[in-house]
Amino acid sequence: MVNYQERLGRTFFALVDPTRRAMLARLERSDGASISELARPFAIGLPAVLKHLDVLTDAGLIIRAKSGRTVTVRLRPQPMREAMDWLRRYERFWSSSLDRLTAYAESMEAEARKKER
Amino acid sequence: MTSLTLVRRIKARPSIVFDAVTTADGIAHWWGPDAGPVLMAEADVRVGGQFRVRFRMLDGSEHESQGEYLELVKPERVVFSWRWTGGQEDPGISRVEIRLRAIPEGTELTFTHALLHDEETRRSHEAGWLGSLDKLEAHFAGGEAST
Repeated sequence: MVNYQERLGRTFFALVDPTRRAMLARLERSDGASISELARPFAIGLPAVLKHLDVLTDAGLIIRAKSGRTVTVRLRPQPMREAMDWLRRYERFWSSSLDRLTAYAESMEAEARKKER
Repeated sequence: MTSLTLVRRIKARPSIVFDAVTTADGIAHWWGPDAGPVLMAEADVRVGGQFRVRFRMLDGSEHESQGEYLELVKPERVVFSWRWTGGQEDPGISRVEIRLRAIPEGTELTFTHALLHDEETRRSHEAGWLGSLDKLEAHFAGGEAST
């Protein structure tokens, strides 16, 4: 289960970069794309594109399939779902906690003011 | 959004909010995902000190989390590590940061929960990646980007 945190960390790291996020968004809209199609919107060279794809592959966010001379890149949404689940779970937990914290602190403030009067 | 960030505006002065966040008595009043009770709260509030909170949810299940205070600047900032005791729910260790800022009506609280991973990941978190996942999440949810 140490892997879980490793995986999450890798997913989050992969998602830090706006170019990589744009690539994922592009893949999400279509059923796979070639490397040159993925590279087209960006003003970066092929080596940089390949580096980004390596990071996404390491995170398990994409898979590459070779047929003949073309490499097709496809989205693999599981790690993303896992990351989203993690965030959602903690959002529920803390959102509810912070609402009660707010109510509690406001009641303590009201008491403090009464004493100060 | 790889760090979860939440903001609350609270009608109470920062020192009162800080105490509510950092004292065992305060924690017992708010910690937990639903209206179930906090069963035990311990907080050794100093850098390197530990805290432990056990709560029961409305469905009857009990959970415990613990961690260590990493930074304390009264009444502005608390940073602590955080994990589930036993680690069944999620074996990972997180970093929670609570910042308090005085505003005319009281306090603005900014809460951040991030995965405590290796240095590289942590640095990229700090490089301002917060919040930028929202749109992507909307993509994956198949919905419109929400605010």
